[in-house]
This record gives sequence, structure tokens and C-alpha cells, in this order.
Amino acid sequence: MAIQLKQRSVLPGFGLTMGFTLLYLSLLVLIPLAALVFKSATIPWRQFYAAVTEPHVVASYKLTFGASAIAATINAVFGLAVAWVLVRYPFPGRNVVDAMVDLPFAMPTAVSGIALTAIYAPDGWIGRFLDPLGIKVVYTPLGVMVALTFIGLPFVVRTLQPALEDMDMEIEEAAASLGATRLQTFVRVIFPAIVPALLTGFALAFARALGEYGSVVFISGNLPMKTQITPLLIITKLEQYNYAEAAAIAVVTLTASFLVLLFINLLQWWSRRYAT
Amino acid sequence: MATAVLTKRASGGWRKTTAATTEPRWVRWLLTSVALVFLGLFLGVPLLAVFAQALDRGWSVYVQSLVDTDALSAIRLTLLVALIVVPINTVFGVAAAWAIAKFQFVGKSLLITFIDLPYSISPVISGLIFVMLFGMQGWCGPWLDAHGIHIIFAVWGIVLATLFVTFPFVARELIPLMQAQGTEEEEAARVLGASGLQTFWRVTLPNIKWGLLYGIILCNARTMGEFGAVSVVSGHIRGETNTMPLQVEVLYNEYNITAAFAVASLLAVLSLITLLLKSVLQWKTSQQVVPEELGYTGD
Repeated sequence: MAIQLKQRSVLPGFGLTMGFTLLYLSLLVLIPLAALVFKSATIPWRQFYAAVTEPHVVASYKLTFGASAIAATINAVFGLAVAWVLVRYPFPGRNVVDAMVDLPFAMPTAVSGIALTAIYAPDGWIGRFLDPLGIKVVYTPLGVMVALTFIGLPFVVRTLQPALEDMDMEIEEAAASLGATRLQTFVRVIFPAIVPALLTGFALAFARALGEYGSVVFISGNLPMKTQITPLLIITKLEQYNYAEAAAIAVVTLTASFLVLLFINLLQWWSRRYAT
Repeated sequence: MATAVLTKRASGGWRKTTAATTEPRWVRWLLTSVALVFLGLFLGVPLLAVFAQALDRGWSVYVQSLVDTDALSAIRLTLLVALIVVPINTVFGVAAAWAIAKFQFVGKSLLITFIDLPYSISPVISGLIFVMLFGMQGWCGPWLDAHGIHIIFAVWGIVLATLFVTFPFVARELIPLMQAQGTEEEEAARVLGASGLQTFWRVTLPNIKWGLLYGIILCNARTMGEFGAVSVVSGHIRGETNTMPLQVEVLYNEYNITAAFAVASLLAVLSLITLLLKSVLQWKTSQQVVPEELGYTGD
């Protein structure tokens, strides 16, 4: 007897839709990705290692990872405040503000990039107040961080909102009736319950920031060793027709994003285990 | 002080909380101000800046920048790419959601993970994989070139890279929605003698229409706005392979700031329309799923 891979159903179309899904998925996503990995596997190990540890490239890892981590942290702190306010406090215009949170998703990254550059330039709307204080944003690592904060903002808010909405008021009432102050209730009761969502939002924002290109290239100025992010180096290698090294750096970046993805999945598995 | 504050519930309604379960008024004010100032600085100011810069030198310069030949050809190309990409990924999204949500089979979660892959891949790498395949030094590049087929630095490369980037959008919206709706209605239709296609058109499609539209709108927004992936494969040939976001970059790098922001303002309007439709559709889908998923709660 054959092993049953699919349960019987009266509904039609499984063969057709599944066949199309698998064909399209393979042709568009899996085969091209496999080709990239194969391409990088044809490079001799010594050359691969030299390509991904070149000083320029290492500097770009430091900048990309550092700025992404700081941006995701800023988003975790302020995203918590935004999600909390949107869920807990009704205020006029709340629905508009709620919809605007998705702006970084909806706005093309090139548009965000030039807009951020314009406002943080020394004569820009925000830059003119920072410039006298000696704070330079445009063409510095700080600019990279600003762009990555913009791009990661919706992730934390959107993962925290459902977690906050799902919370039982009764638990907070119980805490209050047992004599906890509001701060104690938040620190001991509410916060532990939303930590998995907060970490997931942080990781999603971080993962997105690692690969971000469009919103960063304008504000960063792409100064070698200083403000070049890793995706930009991949493009630079490609423009020099250095496909092998571009593939090598891309594989390192891909591995990093998959590790973050794995972390998110483990986190969700862990939070589901403790939720029930 | 017995202040009653409304708190949002998962089901979408609001409920009253008492002094015991909310914060003092000054804390609420402080937190709301912090949140709004943060959002204003990071979202509001950049959005306003796009329009302010675009109209910096008046309406006539603005309109002139938009009717420029290269700008018009960029707008045409962006629309053409969207016309090809969005329908293909919509058909795929519906097919994948039907197979995944309506049937039980081995390897389902692995399949969903594969469908989600493009989400976690940098746009630059999404473009790079197609250069690796079809570029002059790529796997099939020399063969294609010998036969006069050009994919990289041509419209087809842009279409492929955009298809890849927006691949999960429709499927990702439909799968959870169709899973929540279950299969009872379709099974009933079948038992009553409806054909497969009739079941889909008359039962499934009306149930998923808002969610489907939501997915299509997100897919379209990303298609028209994609920059990184398209930038790698396009070659930036003026009037030929520049989409609107690439035209923004070209103009900006030529210090033609006003024109760059003029084209950008069109994309910003598109994103505002997307956000508006998104909110409306989100409300519509929540109306559609809630009664079945949560059951009627009579409190």
C-alpha cells in the first residue's frame, strides 16, 4: 500500500493548483536561488574566503549589522509605545495614525531614501537644527541608522498590536486587586506576556534592515570603509562584472538572513509552547 | 479618580477599563505624545518633504517634470510591468491558497516556508540571482545572446525580478483567510451538484474577495515601487529600462532634485492610496471572518 500523502477530499482542483504552485515556485524562486548557491560553490574556497573577508566587505558587515541592530532597538522601544497607545488610548485621529504606521511598507524605498536625505541634509527641515549641534546625519553611519529605523518601524508595531489586543483585562484587574501598582502590573504581568511578540518584531525589523538598499543608498553617501552597506557592495561587484565575488558576498548575506528567520521561527514555537 | 477609558479588543470593538486597569492621566498624555512625536518625525516629516520638494519651484515646473519624455516613458514602463506581474502573481496566489488551505497533505508547512522565501531575501540579491542566470557571464547568458534574446538590461529582467519580489503577497493574504473559513461551504456546494469551477466562482470567490483585493493592492504597490531588485537588472537605460523609482534615482543623481521629487510625489500618492484602500479592506475582511471564526459573543 502506498503511503498516503494527502487526505481524501470531495473538493476538486488539488492536482491542478498544486502542480501550478510547485512549477511556478520552482522556476521563479527555487531554481534561481539554487543557481546562486551553485555559482558561489564553484569559486575555490580560498578565493571565496578572500572575497568575503576583504577589509571593505568586513567594514560593510560591521556597519550593516551595527546600524540594523541599533535601528531595531530604537523601533522596539518606540514601537512598544506606539502599539500601546494605539491599542489602549483612544484619541482623535487614531485610525489615521494607525493606517500611517504602514507608510514605510507602502512607500517605494527610493522615495523614502531621497526624502530622508532632503530633511536631514544640513539645510533640511530637521538637519538645520542638528547641524549647529555638530550632529551630521547625511553621509554618516547615523544616516544609515535613521533610514533603517524608518524602514523597520511597522514590524514592531504590527507584531505587538495583536498581542496587546489579545490580553485579558481580568489578569490586570486581579493584579490590581492584589495590591500591585500600575507600574508593577506592567513590569510583572503585561511585559512578560508581550516579550515574545516584542522579540519577533525586533528580529523582523533587524532582518529587513540587513537587506535594505533603496532607502539607505541616498542618505549614506556610500563612502568606502565608512558608509557602504553590504547590499551596495554586491551591486558594486556586479557593476565591475565580478560575478563570483558578488555571489560570495550574497551567500554570506543570505545565510545571515536565514539565521534570523530561524531565530524568529524558534521564538514563535517557544511562545506557543508557553502560551498553552 | 474613577476615569473610564476605552481599550481596543481583539474583535475590533472597545471596552471600558477602570482606574485599576489604566494609567494616570499624565502617563497617558506623556505616552501618547511620545508616540505621536516619534511617528511625526519618522513618518510625517518625510512624507510632507516629498510634496514640499516637488512643488518647491511651483506648479509649472512640477507639471513640466512630469510630462518630460523620459518621465513619461518611465511611467509607461512601470504600468506595463504592473500589468504583467500583478495578474500572474494573483493567479498563483489563488492557486497556492486553494491547494494549501482546502486540502490536508504532507509537507504543507515546508511549502509555506518556501513561498515566504522572497520576503526574507534582500532586494539586491533578488535581482542578482537573475543576473547570475541570464547575464552575459551567467549560466544561460551566452546562449540567449547568441539567439538574440535579451533578458538582463531589458524589460523581461525587470518583470522577472519584480515577479520574484512580489511572489508571496497575494498567497500570504489568502492562505490564513481561507484556512479560517474552512471547507464546509465548498463541500456543501459540491454535494448539491455544483461543478468545481462553479464552487469556486459562486462560493469561494465571494468569501475571499476583500482579502484577495487586499493582496492585489499590496502586490501592486510593491510592484510599482520596487527599487533594489529592479536596479540590479535594469541597466538604467533612459527611456527604455527605467521604471519610476529608477527614474527618481537617475534624476536625483543628476542633481535634478525638483524633477526627482516630482516623479517621487506620484509614487507617494500611490502609497497613500494604497494605505487608504488597505484600511478599508482590512475593515471589510474583519467583518467577513469574525462571525465564522470567533462565533457570536453576546456580551
